[in-house]
Amino acid sequence: MSSALPSSSASSSSLAKVRLGFIPLVDAAVPIAAAALGLDRAEGVELALVREVSWSNIRDRLAFRQFDAAHMLGPMAVASQLGLGSNPYPVIAPFSLGLGGNAVTLSLPLFEAMREAAGETYRDEPAAHGQALARLVRQRAKEGLSPLVFAMTYPFSSHNYEFRFWMAEAGIDPDRDVTMTVVPPPLTVDALRSGAIDGFCVNAPWNVAAVEAGVGRIVAVKADISPSSPEKVLGVRPDWWTENLETGAALLRALERAALWCDAPENRAELAAILARPEHLGAEAGSLEAILSGDLAVSPDGTRRAIPDYLTFHGPAANRPRQGQALWVYSQMVRWAQVPLGEPLARRAAEAFRPDLFDAVFGPAADAQAPGAEPALTPDAIGPYVESFAVRRPGVTTDGAPTSE
Amino acid sequence: MEPSALAVLIVDENRARAAIIEDGLREAGHARVHVVTAMNGLVREIEQFRPDVIVVDLENPNRDRLEQFFQVSRTVQRPIAMFVDRSDAESMEAAISAGVSAYVVDGLKKERVKAILDMAVLRFHAYSRLERELHDARSELADRKVVEKAKGILMQRRGMSEDESYRLLRQTAMNEKKKLVEIARSIVTAADLLGGEVKR
Repeated sequence: MSSALPSSSASSSSLAKVRLGFIPLVDAAVPIAAAALGLDRAEGVELALVREVSWSNIRDRLAFRQFDAAHMLGPMAVASQLGLGSNPYPVIAPFSLGLGGNAVTLSLPLFEAMREAAGETYRDEPAAHGQALARLVRQRAKEGLSPLVFAMTYPFSSHNYEFRFWMAEAGIDPDRDVTMTVVPPPLTVDALRSGAIDGFCVNAPWNVAAVEAGVGRIVAVKADISPSSPEKVLGVRPDWWTENLETGAALLRALERAALWCDAPENRAELAAILARPEHLGAEAGSLEAILSGDLAVSPDGTRRAIPDYLTFHGPAANRPRQGQALWVYSQMVRWAQVPLGEPLARRAAEAFRPDLFDAVFGPAADAQAPGAEPALTPDAIGPYVESFAVRRPGVTTDGAPTSE
Repeated sequence: MEPSALAVLIVDENRARAAIIEDGLREAGHARVHVVTAMNGLVREIEQFRPDVIVVDLENPNRDRLEQFFQVSRTVQRPIAMFVDRSDAESMEAAISAGVSAYVVDGLKKERVKAILDMAVLRFHAYSRLERELHDARSELADRKVVEKAKGILMQRRGMSEDESYRLLRQTAMNEKKKLVEIARSIVTAADLLGGEVKR
């Protein structure tokens, strides 16, 4: 080998090793591709990927130093800053792993009942599905039937907030009118089939998997609900970042290159093949490729929906974490009474997302707003924003002081 | 209060391992131990049994469901946090390395919970050692069968004695710097591929 080659030819023993935990989902594509394509080593780090079974394990193994970095839910980083949940060790997100991928899938029997209740004017649109669901929920309550059971993947997740957001827009109170529960992504299809749940919100490939299994109907995707809200992020401990500045920068560069590669349409087939490997997602490559292209099977009857921006891996909007996004997450936490309202808390929540660390590696970004960006939230604007929602928990406003309903 | 008064719930889909932990805790004088191997109905179990400590195996993806339950539950009176003392990172690391996690009702004395956790960790390690030994024993048995089969092929095809065929296997393994069982396996595979009668 030529001695003129740059450091990428260095033996792997001299590379800084980064242990990164991930959950088998399509939105883990960026770190998975970085390792599979050797982009990590080209940038001077060596990724050791560890597949995990639960977000709680991801959180704990990051906190207790078994992982240096993790593929994690954006709201998990916000929750950690606010001291919510078990073992809330602080986590920061210097890089976002992409946008999109989530969808709401309802069981076929529920969807059929909605169609029946809505009558002939039923349109196949996310808002119309919400209205139809609301009508059915009211009807079931009148008939004394038990509330519908809906699943998401973690209490502090975009899935929880997006599912609730979509229902609340239609006038459904997710805490009173239905029962919200947690089902791990790989178990969602079986849970839907067995009737244990009536619907779920989860990331790819599980929505399409439910459709392909003939048990589910996709009624809304993230792009319909909250297109720019953060999905998965790269989570690291603040002390790890401080002690490993060079490694951290190399990691971000490798992820950025991988994200660019993942977004290129000509790489879709190869990315699908990489993700399909048993040690990654262990799914079917053909189905993954269709999902990556935004060509979604939404109904077992063959209906498809083309969503060009279903998954976005690269670009400042997809990769640069913004504090407004963390504040949006905080606003939803307040809305559903997971945390009290207060400016100091809001500021702490915003600290979870670190555009400054991103900029230190890639240079200051130009205007990095995503299409349909979240309202320009500031810590002092959370209260009015939350109060603007018709459906919310009324009990908690300023600093946890209960107000009259 | 006597130590035995602590109620311990073990959530482990692996029945054998759950039994091993349960035995250990009972031997240590904890009489109120309850094992759950299926997550269905777990929430009801928690409400009825009212555990002071919940030990969960980390391989269980439904661990996230517990997190949600602790978030929203009004039936569990006190908030439940993992472990007793957040500063006790060492024992948490040991637990996670072993593959176990514990949830503890806030306010319990650290020493009382630590004993339970240490026991669980110990038993988890003991169980993985057992598993490994069993696996080794099984593969050893399988290896021996392959070698016997390869010897049979050599005896039949080349008219060798049992000793001669074994010596040939060993010599070839040494020459090729491979394990004897690998050579044996390739002979069996080749014989299968080439067909013909192979004594079974």
